[in-house]
Amino acid sequence: MTEDPRPAGGPDALQPSPKVSVAAGGHSGSAMSRLLGSLAGAARLELFLVVILAFLIWWGIQLSRFFLTGPNFGFSIQAVMEISIMALAMTPIIITGEIDLSVESMVGLSSCVLGWLWASGVPLEAAIPIVLMVGVAGGLFNGVIVTRWGLPSLVVTLATYALFRGLGHVVLGSTVVSNFPAGFTNFGFGYVPGMFVPWTLLVFLLLALVTVAIVHWTWIGRQVFAAGKNKDAARYSGVRVGALKTALFAVSGLVAAFAGIILTSRTSTASPDNGLNMTLAVVTIVVLGGVDINGGKGTVPGVILAVFILATLKSALTQAGVSTDYQNVAIGLLLIVSVITPQLARLARGLLDRIRLGRSRSAPHSAPGDVIR
Amino acid sequence: MFHRLPRAAAGMALVLVLAGCSSSATPSPAAPTTTAMSGSVVMIPKQINNPYFDVAFKGAQSAATALGGTLTQVGPSAADATQQIPFIQTATTQGAKAIIVSADDANAIAPALKAAMSAGIKVVGYDSSPAVGAYNVFVNQADTAGIGKGLADMACDEAPSCTGEIAVLSAAQTATNQNAWIAAMQTTLAGSKYAGLKFDGVYYGNDDPTISTQQTQAMLAAHPNLKVIIAPTTVGIVAAAQVVTSQNLIGKVFVTGLGTPMGMQAFVKSGVSPEFALWNVTDLGYLAYAVAVDLVTGQIQGNPGDTFTVPSLNGGQPYTIGADSVVVLGPPFVFNSSNIDQYVASFGF
Repeated sequence: MTEDPRPAGGPDALQPSPKVSVAAGGHSGSAMSRLLGSLAGAARLELFLVVILAFLIWWGIQLSRFFLTGPNFGFSIQAVMEISIMALAMTPIIITGEIDLSVESMVGLSSCVLGWLWASGVPLEAAIPIVLMVGVAGGLFNGVIVTRWGLPSLVVTLATYALFRGLGHVVLGSTVVSNFPAGFTNFGFGYVPGMFVPWTLLVFLLLALVTVAIVHWTWIGRQVFAAGKNKDAARYSGVRVGALKTALFAVSGLVAAFAGIILTSRTSTASPDNGLNMTLAVVTIVVLGGVDINGGKGTVPGVILAVFILATLKSALTQAGVSTDYQNVAIGLLLIVSVITPQLARLARGLLDRIRLGRSRSAPHSAPGDVIR
Repeated sequence: MFHRLPRAAAGMALVLVLAGCSSSATPSPAAPTTTAMSGSVVMIPKQINNPYFDVAFKGAQSAATALGGTLTQVGPSAADATQQIPFIQTATTQGAKAIIVSADDANAIAPALKAAMSAGIKVVGYDSSPAVGAYNVFVNQADTAGIGKGLADMACDEAPSCTGEIAVLSAAQTATNQNAWIAAMQTTLAGSKYAGLKFDGVYYGNDDPTISTQQTQAMLAAHPNLKVIIAPTTVGIVAAAQVVTSQNLIGKVFVTGLGTPMGMQAFVKSGVSPEFALWNVTDLGYLAYAVAVDLVTGQIQGNPGDTFTVPSLNGGQPYTIGADSVVVLGPPFVFNSSNIDQYVASFGF
């Protein structure tokens, strides 16, 4: 991960957040340059996401008069809750410059362990904590190998992506456990009485609040950003990068196990194939939310917005009867657009600044010693 | 200029997705009938890019033309129950009169189907049954025990002297129908006539050609003495037959199971698959739609003992709904070299 010498705009732990413009003396740049500078900043990325969300809602209403109804909201949101909570846990990991590809396999493994325990007669009150501990153990396994042996997390979690799912097959074999009690399945599939708010949405909102608080309002979050921007500098500043990353992987494993429990509850089925293809969706949400895949930048509110954008897009397309293949095309396009736009804006601003500097060659320019603000 | 970029990009996505929209939902026009059927019927197969379900859909479309109502087919692109759920829920909120569904997982879609039934929508299962209680009527393509015995008998016919190792290439692990047929086959195989057959296990191809091919290769590598591959899935049987052909195992390994006449015609002739079975898939779709119409117009309630007739099926003889609200289409056909060409011509699939 290369160090970026230009501090960019955005919630940035170690420095006050400047807006960089290549300032010529007292000028702070033209209005267009300022606007584009803002566009490149994360805060404006969230505004961009809000615009996309508003557009998708408008488009959904055009597609179907059933779009803006309670039931549609309810089940569209419910369908993405598992990947959404995993995206919350994935966000700090990606900000530190790592990644966890094994989350979908932990969903499968935890579902199998839960099914196996239930089929063996263990009551759910005991089985669920055991499953969560399996998640923590898996996450710790990832974290220790990445930090202790310095292996790239992409490789390590790719291996555990295969390992965990294989373990799931070993635990449950080719059987499928389906006879879960109604009280349990109602959690995953049910709504708050009288409203179209799924129980799992409440869980997600709570976890989202906790994640926002930790990542943006505490010293832990500052350390996450520091480790992401420059892990050596962070270490020399006293941040225990290894312990931090291991803890983040453990949390990711725990959350993935919890997502596995929710999925098992929602589909009333424990099977080794649970959770297939979820990793891509999780990473998509995180990147769509403006988190830089190279680490060091990103916001949790952006990821929360991305969750609703994805749910809205899938809902609108399903209402229109579009098959999941074409839905993936739309999601891919949306992702490309959201990633390219800040880059293009930054490029354009640089171009415009160069044009402006060329025009104002006779204007006073910065001398050595001037502070670039 | 660049603040227009988000709108332009979103507009681009809109255009591209609308292009996708127009090719996936294919409604049929309503026709005036005497049974006063109107409203929309949504057909949700296990997956939509599967030729077997396209044939059933064509059958249902002919029924829609004859009996009335608007039929659309929507579904997931992979045989995954969690992807079927949004389509069921959408049909519910859009006020469909009936949902015709083939379950990727009997239990996973049950809550969504029960919610549809509470909203007054009639649920007709076809091909693969949802959980009991989550449908009004299940149209079974053939008697489950009969299919199981048929699979065992065909394996016995193809294995030299009914002796040798056999293995199954199935569809998704949770597929209700395949699991039921395999269980029925195992029961039959316990009989003394099949004592020479050694069962090597079940491999899951997920109704995906690539996965089915890989699983067949794995099966052949793990069991070098394998004699018969039984594939009770139209996607899997073709994949298995292709692997046997490309690995030059014709005459050493045989393939049987459930396949479409057109898909398997070449393999019957080359000797890879001397025998396999199926039923009239077009009729299955037709019957499922006819049952949906009868439920919506109140002609039947879906209770065991109800009888009804469908003019162009079963020679005009009435169907009777059996236990668990299951109605059976009819006996399966066995295809071999003596009749394959005739059936390709008459079935058209």
